[in-house]
Amino acid sequence: MTVQEQTPQEPSHVSRRTFIKVVIASGAAVSASAYLFRGPTLLGQGSLPGAVERLMTLNVNGQMRRVDVMKQETLAMTLRYKLGLTGTKLGCDRSECGACTVLIDDVPHYSCSILTHTVRAKKILTIEGLETANGTLHPVQQAVVDEQGFQCAFCMSGFIMATVGFLKTNPDPTRAELAHGISGNLCRCMDYDKILRSMMRAAQYMQRTT
Amino acid sequence: MAIIHDVMPVFELFQPTTVDDTLALLETYKKDAWVLAGGLDTFDWLKDRNKRRKVVVDLSGVQELRGVKTTADGGIEIGAATTLTDVVKHPLVKEKYPILMQAAELVASPQIRNQGTVGGNVSQDTRCWYYRSGWSCYRAGGNICYADTPSAINREHAIFDANRCVAVNPSDTAPALIALDARMVIRSSDGERVVDAETYFIGPSIDITRMTVLRPGELLTAIRVPATWAGAEFYFEKVRERQVWDFPLVNVAAVLKVSNGTIAGSRIVINAVAAHPVRLKAVEDAVAGKRRNEETARMAGELAVQGARPLAHNGYKIPLVRNLVKRAIRGEAQARA
Repeated sequence: MTVQEQTPQEPSHVSRRTFIKVVIASGAAVSASAYLFRGPTLLGQGSLPGAVERLMTLNVNGQMRRVDVMKQETLAMTLRYKLGLTGTKLGCDRSECGACTVLIDDVPHYSCSILTHTVRAKKILTIEGLETANGTLHPVQQAVVDEQGFQCAFCMSGFIMATVGFLKTNPDPTRAELAHGISGNLCRCMDYDKILRSMMRAAQYMQRTT
Repeated sequence: MAIIHDVMPVFELFQPTTVDDTLALLETYKKDAWVLAGGLDTFDWLKDRNKRRKVVVDLSGVQELRGVKTTADGGIEIGAATTLTDVVKHPLVKEKYPILMQAAELVASPQIRNQGTVGGNVSQDTRCWYYRSGWSCYRAGGNICYADTPSAINREHAIFDANRCVAVNPSDTAPALIALDARMVIRSSDGERVVDAETYFIGPSIDITRMTVLRPGELLTAIRVPATWAGAEFYFEKVRERQVWDFPLVNVAAVLKVSNGTIAGSRIVINAVAAHPVRLKAVEDAVAGKRRNEETARMAGELAVQGARPLAHNGYKIPLVRNLVKRAIRGEAQARA
């Protein structure tokens, strides 16, 4: 007797895979219907100024991405778990470590500490958007490769984004200015000397390419 | 307490584009509303589940709250939601009030200054870790101060004006603004009121649960700096444990008018020593008309620490205040981090 011939009411014969599929499907249906048919969370909210729609178009790395964003969602969460851009790291999630640094309109921000809804109309650049379409690395990335700037490199994408942003405001920094400019990022391997050396080389590469 | 790495609990979000709309929302939701500016203080509270509001009103779209402009009296008006980076970079601030530029530059990290606002910096909550960890202390509406028990760790806490709560105000721009005799413009749906920067901050004896005079429904919209102290000699120094970026252990902001080596007038303010920035009126009076020399500096330093009451672990703040005030009077070369 094959499994298919058995009556479907017998739960002991539902395979794990099928069970998980059913749960996922029903969960999706429930949450989708909750989204479509729920009433306003607060009475009269729709008529108030500044009410927010969850569906938005986000400009990430030059692409317009349609995404459904919760009101309390931070940009880091949207980038990593809605858009799959996991190059942006979440370290402390408390605006202390800098691993989640991205550029918003060319300015470095901690993406863990800004609501995605706040940046709806802005241009977001993450580490994934640095290299050119043909795969050429950004000069800052190339400098990190050439200097072997990091050990574990969890903090690297944050450091690179902070450096790219800083070099836009100060393309020819001294080492001390650079250290101050990227002081909002932490490296727990304590590799700051090599990081600064990489980023100073990055400044040279940037000048060569521009 | 464990650090929670998850999406914040749900809230309703509003993103008004005008001050009037913002005030209407604050009026509608009163105590249920949380004003979000840069969010660097806000998100800690919400992420840690230690404070919660039904409604968050995001000011990021309110353009009229941003920017620096000149006022009729020759001073400047800074929109409350102007970022610290914009304050630091503004030519008017640099030209007339370098003390404010320096104070804002010493706040936290570049990313935080790019997003954090001057209104948020002066209105931020205290950093007392017992309070911020969600302990039910006086400031949180409870019945005890965990920072003032025999085993408490209170290195960063108050030496002045403690009343049950021993937390301190951590702002760097607040003492600079008080030294410059700034005014805080506060609006609500009832209208506008303007308070001195000095009285904007309140201690636990006035209200133990708030750091400022802002009431639910009110919004700090602008900070006006009069021309009175523009171009005066100034001194700002921030002492912190970690030099790269940290909250102050003590900071001092002083503006002085000096003619022929005599101090004609001054305003001297220290912070991170009480729940509000402390203006040293007695020191200002004592140094008025005195020669600007070592003797006056020493006298000012001694006077500054009169009445200080240290806790178990923050006695070091007394010599720190004494020496910072001394240096402010001497006007030594700026100690930059």
